[in-house]
Amino acid sequence: MKKIIEIRNLSYSYSEGNVALDKINFEAEEGERIGIVGPNGAGKTTFLLHLNGILRGKGGVKIFGLEVKSANLYTIRKMVGLIFQDPDDQLFSPTVFDDVAFGPLNMDLPPDEVESRVREVLREVGMLGFEQKFSYHLSLGEKKRVAIATVLSMRPEILAFDEPTANLDPGMRRSLIKLLRNLQMTLIIASHDLSMIEQLCTRVLLLNKGKIMAEGSTSEILGNKKLMEENGL
Amino acid sequence: MEHSFIDKYSKLDSPIHKLDPKTKIISAIIYIVCVVLTPPQAIAEFILFFIFILAMLLISKVPLRFVMKRSLVIFPFILLVVVFIPFLKKGELAGFLNVGTIHLAVSYGGLWMVWNVIVKSFLSVLAMILLGSTTNFQILLKGLEQLHLPKVFLMTLAFMYRYLFIIVDEAMRMERAHKSRYFGGQALRQIRIFSNIIGLLFIRAYERGERAYQSMCARGFDREIKTFSRVKFTLRDGAYLCLFLAVMAGVKILGVYL
Repeated sequence: MKKIIEIRNLSYSYSEGNVALDKINFEAEEGERIGIVGPNGAGKTTFLLHLNGILRGKGGVKIFGLEVKSANLYTIRKMVGLIFQDPDDQLFSPTVFDDVAFGPLNMDLPPDEVESRVREVLREVGMLGFEQKFSYHLSLGEKKRVAIATVLSMRPEILAFDEPTANLDPGMRRSLIKLLRNLQMTLIIASHDLSMIEQLCTRVLLLNKGKIMAEGSTSEILGNKKLMEENGL
Repeated sequence: MEHSFIDKYSKLDSPIHKLDPKTKIISAIIYIVCVVLTPPQAIAEFILFFIFILAMLLISKVPLRFVMKRSLVIFPFILLVVVFIPFLKKGELAGFLNVGTIHLAVSYGGLWMVWNVIVKSFLSVLAMILLGSTTNFQILLKGLEQLHLPKVFLMTLAFMYRYLFIIVDEAMRMERAHKSRYFGGQALRQIRIFSNIIGLLFIRAYERGERAYQSMCARGFDREIKTFSRVKFTLRDGAYLCLFLAVMAGVKILGVYL
């Protein structure tokens, strides 16, 4: 299997001086489904933001062998789709169509291709027919689906998802998990919804206070009750 | 939470709604320019302008009650400008106003100016209401884009429209949280709390802006917004613009004789 994410000694601290990531080493292979678990403030979101160079800390991040640096950002952002926790941050355009088309348009695809991609991914997430809807009018579950579509429309190789199930009702949560299970790409999911991680991921990374506390197969990590409780889970 | 939208009536069906946004924007601007360039003494022309915009509003099926309510919004601004003019403008005196021990002289020139400001802003705002309530906001933006309004303004407007309601929701939630712990009294202290709420709202809006920007960057945004549009300028638009220009010219010509 090909190594598609390689992270060496990655550290990051916010300007207030809080250390968010502390010497992280991490690798992922193509097609893997990896859960990043940890309590609130563990550094999960900060970690995800490093995958496509939104944040750049000390240390090395390589995606498909490409180092994350200014010259490579364009290529890397096409390959790594990042879905934010609050869909209102992700959906900034007036209509659903504009939002889903935003990525493809930035990739300079021809209009016909943009339009067919938008339709295709909206069908994939079950939101076909919502193109002209104003994002504000959607329910949270619908917003999450559209948020996924905004990234899928760029056909990324890696999908990084921050708290996919946060604030969803059980029904919506189940259908979202089903949707994620059917995706074919490499998945990185940051969450403290452990049962969702259990259903979706094969490998788990446990973060706490910016450090990797444990790494291993899902059953191994989530099954270790003592370890989980020590880390606030 | 639901709010009434700026373009609440944009989903009605009328000949005006069907026009291309560019047509509507251009005609609104021409209308306003015509109104503004009319001398204040040409009352007949103002009446014709009013009849025209009223007719358009009736055709558009936008409820007149709503239009009138909306047009009231401008009066505080007008009043602020207008209230001092009659007293400052020199010229033939129209009369005196006694407020307590203060004697104020009111001039004719000043009164004309007040009329001038009121009638022109009222007619202009009616034109804007017609434009705003018959055009869906997104489509209005597309129209402005095709008229080559700088992208920075367009994006600012688009983001405003997208996030205004989210920020209003946030403010409402904070106010609710405040109310549920406020049992009356100490009215003066509440002012301080409200200023805190406003400050907090600003910080939240700022942070949301940061996150939205990150999510734009994550999707390949490179400071140049690319959009997609399929609004078409049709024969109907051409016909409307011609008719509109004819009416404007007609008003101007009639104004000379009346």
